[in-house]
Amino acid sequence: MAIPSYATRGERIWHYVFLGLCALIFLFLVGPLLIIIPLSFNAQPYFSFSEAMLKLDPAGYSLRWYEDFFTSSAWLGAIKNSFIIGIASTILATILGTIAALGLSNRHMPARGAIMALLISPMIVPLIISAAAMFFFFSKINLAQTYLGVILAHTALGIPFVVITVTATLSSFDTTLIRAAHSLGANPTRTFFKVVLPLVTPGVVSGALFAFITSFDEVVVVLFVSGPGQRTMPIQMWSGIREHISPTILAVATLLVLLSMLLLTTLELLRRRSERLRGIAPE
Amino acid sequence: MSESPASPLTTADGVPLKVSLRRAVRRSKIKAFLLVSPLLLFLGIAFVMPIIEMLWRSVDNPEVTTHLSRTVAALEGWDEESLPGEPVFAALVEDLREGQAARNLGLLSSRLNYEKSGMRSAINRTARQLRTIEPPYREALIELNDTWGELDTWKLIQRESTPYTLTYYLAAVDRQLTPTGEIVQVPDHLKVHVSLFWRTFWMSAAITGLTLLLGYPIAFLLASLPLRHSNLLMILVLLPFWTSLLVRTTTWIAILQSQGVLNDVLVALGVIADEARWQMIHNKTGTIVAMTHILLPFMILPLYSVMKTIPPSYMRAARSLGGKPFLSFRRVYFPLTIPGIAAGGILVFILSIGYYITPALVGGQSGRFITNYIAYHMQTSLNWGLAAAIASILLFVVIVFYMVFNRLIGVDKVKLG
Repeated sequence: MAIPSYATRGERIWHYVFLGLCALIFLFLVGPLLIIIPLSFNAQPYFSFSEAMLKLDPAGYSLRWYEDFFTSSAWLGAIKNSFIIGIASTILATILGTIAALGLSNRHMPARGAIMALLISPMIVPLIISAAAMFFFFSKINLAQTYLGVILAHTALGIPFVVITVTATLSSFDTTLIRAAHSLGANPTRTFFKVVLPLVTPGVVSGALFAFITSFDEVVVVLFVSGPGQRTMPIQMWSGIREHISPTILAVATLLVLLSMLLLTTLELLRRRSERLRGIAPE
Repeated sequence: MSESPASPLTTADGVPLKVSLRRAVRRSKIKAFLLVSPLLLFLGIAFVMPIIEMLWRSVDNPEVTTHLSRTVAALEGWDEESLPGEPVFAALVEDLREGQAARNLGLLSSRLNYEKSGMRSAINRTARQLRTIEPPYREALIELNDTWGELDTWKLIQRESTPYTLTYYLAAVDRQLTPTGEIVQVPDHLKVHVSLFWRTFWMSAAITGLTLLLGYPIAFLLASLPLRHSNLLMILVLLPFWTSLLVRTTTWIAILQSQGVLNDVLVALGVIADEARWQMIHNKTGTIVAMTHILLPFMILPLYSVMKTIPPSYMRAARSLGGKPFLSFRRVYFPLTIPGIAAGGILVFILSIGYYITPALVGGQSGRFITNYIAYHMQTSLNWGLAAAIASILLFVVIVFYMVFNRLIGVDKVKLG
């Protein structure tokens, strides 16, 4: 966004004011996430910077909250549960969602709009409503307070993300490639695995990542559907924030920020790969 | 050529082309539907059915008919002018005896207590004394508890002996039925829901407005920078988007609380005195700030994808035709971004009125949303019918906005990341 050479002085000033405003908004977006990283090394059990920290005195810093986290059976159990539930529901959501997306991208799909709206609805319906509804229903069929119940609930919540990303990938899919493969003698199975799948994989993987993070970060439904045996990370954090605010939560938060950075990098690499495969130069 | 040009075209095996095509399309349709059906079936069972059942629970009214079946039968033909006669009281004693033996009077007494306070204790006390009561039951029961001598009690039992009820919906909008069946407002100190609905709406609208205010310049900047730079800045938008909701809420607690980072900075700068730290959390401010931060990416992403499609030459053309920068922006660029504003606005609004976690953690008493009341009735007051009714109203509002969104933008146009 360069300033055109014909810009007047007023326009130049406005240009810099605008950039300054944008910088402030970016600070609002990212600043809070960066502030907790140093706070999590606080030697004091507070949520604010101590004098010693501000003076960069090493005594003001400590790893005690990380130690607390990695030695607590409650936190480690919660992580384990989060991974079990997250991975199982991601696999289910990815399989069901990808197959459905293949059907939805068919030109002749009947009632496409209505079905799509239905498939996306778990993302739109307020979580508290889904949670309350699933609580009643799962209690009735003995799925409440079981792993299976939480996994099925999270599968439903993850499905919209898989459907959206995979259909988006398929909609820009060049179907002449399939005909070309056929004309070169490949049978449908071979075409699917050699041509369609490699091109769709980035969409599937990013859909799966979305589904996983949805489950990994979900509190409300677990709060209602799970029992004490299925305590996940977010539930542990939730009760930590509500009951006894301990900076261990800041250590967990820092680790989760790092996790999201990792995920973001993965997604960015996937996007570049798919652009390269499609022959779109990244500029 | 033996065929005349008028004869229909056929495929190699002699089937008319039209028929063959239609068959192919049908096969393709069936194939597509079969691919979608496992997911439809799954969502139908795991998501749609629970919601339908919850909606049903908001009107379901089984307590009086099941637990007071004899009383209800005996009340038939009652004139509603004077207290019912001995047979009705005898039937009540019989019903309560059975309920006491089966230990399920709790449901009944709480159900009736929602409508008329004092019913719980009346039923419980009567049930405890059942062994000592002797006929004539009418006098005995009235002596035991005044409630049984009130005409309203019997009118209430008769009114609630229908299998469906609207009382939960009435309670959800702070109304109740009088014993005679008129709809009136509940006493002032019990009015909570309507004001919470309004608060949820105006705070969501405020949050939507704020995200638009903050998101528009960012989306504009991202859309007008060359891709190389904008991809880099996009990471700053996507990082919070990908970060755990609880993490983001926690950081706002760390920043905004009275011993928190922002207050510390303000004290250090001398803006406020140490003993007059601002209360920025556990109130409306906390909810609005934290939710604006959380929902901002949902505004930026749709705005960006719309702005990306506006050719920069439009603005240059407007400028070359003599339009001052602001005028060109207002008349040319801004109207073109309206679809993005609508998409982001509706999305943020829908997500925001359904938020539960953030208002519950940083909202305190004054920054609470209607969702927090659904949770309250689910977990604490255990008035599930009322929770279901409030949830149904909220769901209705969300579905209306979702349909508008779908009509205007189309759900499949939603882009993630």
